[in-house]
Amino acid sequence: MNSVENSSPTHLETDVLVIGAGGAGMYAALEAARAGVSVILADRSLIGRGGATVMAQMTVAAALGEQTPNHWEYHLADTLAAGRGLCDERLAALLCEDGPQRLREMDEWKVGWAREDGHIKQAQAPGHDRPRCAYVDFLSTGPAVSKTLRTRLKSASGVRLIGDLAIVDIVVQDGEACGAVALHLPTGRAVTLAAKAVIIATGGLTGLYRRNSASANMAGDGYALALRAGAELIDMEFVQFFPIGHLAPRLIGMDPIMWDPFRYKLGGRLLNSERQEFETTYASEDSRSDGRYVLTRDLATYAITKEVEAGRGSPAGGAYLSFRHVPEAEIRRAFGPVVDRLLANGIDLARQDVEVAPIAHYTMGGVRVDETLQTRIPGLYAGGEVVGGANGANRLSGNAITEALVFGARAGFNAAERAKARNLCWSAEAARPVLGLLRSATKRDAPNPSAAIAGLQTVMADKVGPFRTEAKLRSALSSILQLSQEIGNVPLSTGAAFDTTMVDWLDLRSMLLVARSVAEAALTRSESRGAHQREDQPRLSEDWCVNQIISLSQGGISLRRIAPANGRPVA
Amino acid sequence: MKTTLRIRRGSAGETPRFEEFDVAFEPGQSVLDGLRMVRRLIDPTLAYRYSCINANACKECMMLIDGTVDYACTVRLKQGVMTLAPLPKKALIRDLVTEIAPPDERL
Repeated sequence: MNSVENSSPTHLETDVLVIGAGGAGMYAALEAARAGVSVILADRSLIGRGGATVMAQMTVAAALGEQTPNHWEYHLADTLAAGRGLCDERLAALLCEDGPQRLREMDEWKVGWAREDGHIKQAQAPGHDRPRCAYVDFLSTGPAVSKTLRTRLKSASGVRLIGDLAIVDIVVQDGEACGAVALHLPTGRAVTLAAKAVIIATGGLTGLYRRNSASANMAGDGYALALRAGAELIDMEFVQFFPIGHLAPRLIGMDPIMWDPFRYKLGGRLLNSERQEFETTYASEDSRSDGRYVLTRDLATYAITKEVEAGRGSPAGGAYLSFRHVPEAEIRRAFGPVVDRLLANGIDLARQDVEVAPIAHYTMGGVRVDETLQTRIPGLYAGGEVVGGANGANRLSGNAITEALVFGARAGFNAAERAKARNLCWSAEAARPVLGLLRSATKRDAPNPSAAIAGLQTVMADKVGPFRTEAKLRSALSSILQLSQEIGNVPLSTGAAFDTTMVDWLDLRSMLLVARSVAEAALTRSESRGAHQREDQPRLSEDWCVNQIISLSQGGISLRRIAPANGRPVA
Repeated sequence: MKTTLRIRRGSAGETPRFEEFDVAFEPGQSVLDGLRMVRRLIDPTLAYRYSCINANACKECMMLIDGTVDYACTVRLKQGVMTLAPLPKKALIRDLVTEIAPPDERL
């Protein structure tokens, strides 16, 4: 017996339903409301608190051209080069072309971009041909972006914000999205939401990995929502690992990927256990590198992993990052209050090194959309990291928040346009299967779902991490299958309010589907490219200059290949 | 090292009860790390809020820790007994989860 069974669902209606209140979801809601339609912005957590945006302490790339001459086509060239032949050029161009407009709008909304000599200051990050990355001091980019959008939402008319609402499935009627079914966490009640357009803005899947830089609730549920609704995924094998995620000593109250801005500003040294700088050895292998701190993320991840494998790792299993050559006053000038937060963690950068190691950071793959951000299911859109294709095989530093703002805004506008031209077409019949799933939940003896999630994260980290082999991937797929059989088809519930057990079970259902998509795509791609490195297939293959498209058919995953960008089937 | 988390549990309307959970920890780990260990290793039904992990970005894990309102992600685990309770001035949902969303952001 559970709360879902005891009560009839609450029913809500809106023009546009936005799922996920990170940067992309909030921008989508604002843009749809600006176009004059009603919006429900739902998040499984609190509004504007979860997701990846709020965690980002880094930079936002856009060709503003205020500091140095720039043009969005230069930004596009860098984005395409980083993507190693796989970018959907239409989406990449959208990201680069709309970026400046979105950053300027955020500036008008007083996000507080760091400024210098009367213009927005831009740093040069690896892979960029010139300074292009705006930020908010000190290491406050993501929180500032989130807070600014949250504040705008408070005064936007026509937007209803609903937190603690976990979307369980999109409802599709006659091949078109007509709403969703959700679980209201505080009461355990089912909620049905009728909408003329639905936008998935749930972020990436890095929560599938043991060590990751995302929020805990970002384990890829949006990909599973899209797949089960009949939409397609693209490039799922490409998961970006951030090379210098914090490893040791223990650091709390801070983002584990905070060390990059320190390197931009202060030029920290990456050392192995023999205290040798090793990046240049690997940089020479990349024709795009000039030997300074310009190793793109995939190469830096490779370099650190190989040093550790060769027995030259730091005690905790990574590399040392050292700022001891930088004068103390300069460290303080560059990072002010952050230096005190580090000291509170027992870290004195002027006197000691920290240890860093690769950490799951971003998902290049995602929901396949056209240039209007719509999936192949009419009325179902995606925005932000959950969108696949714009970044190809590897994302350029600084493109993630730009993508959240640009794709969020575009999806919001296009969804609003669709909503204006249509009537609600809610179908109780189409919602019945997922309501039935929720009602079928039972209280029973079963393995701890929270432990099962941790088990899956370990499998993904060990077997589907940055360096893969056929044997590891097959082993991962067999573990995923076994876990799927263990959790079964009936949700586990305790019947209590804020039913963590039921949420874990529903999460696992989605995580296992998404984990399988990543592992299957990685197994099929028998080459190494960008963030997908196969140790048993170390070369890039021209034959593999294709995108892999995933869809669900009869409960199974099916893969097919297309040529990048233009969508033509490969003969 | 070991800590005993003494946690006030129960849903709104129930008589609250305290339950104790022993977790092993390494120096530097946070109370949130301890709570996550409890769910993973001992009792998956324990309810508390968080969405970021130890970054103090989401601000959701606020609770009463040894009588003081604080964030579970920034307070470190210590040896001995630590007492955790839900925020006293917010409506209780269950265990350590209270209604902290602004009224206009709820269903």
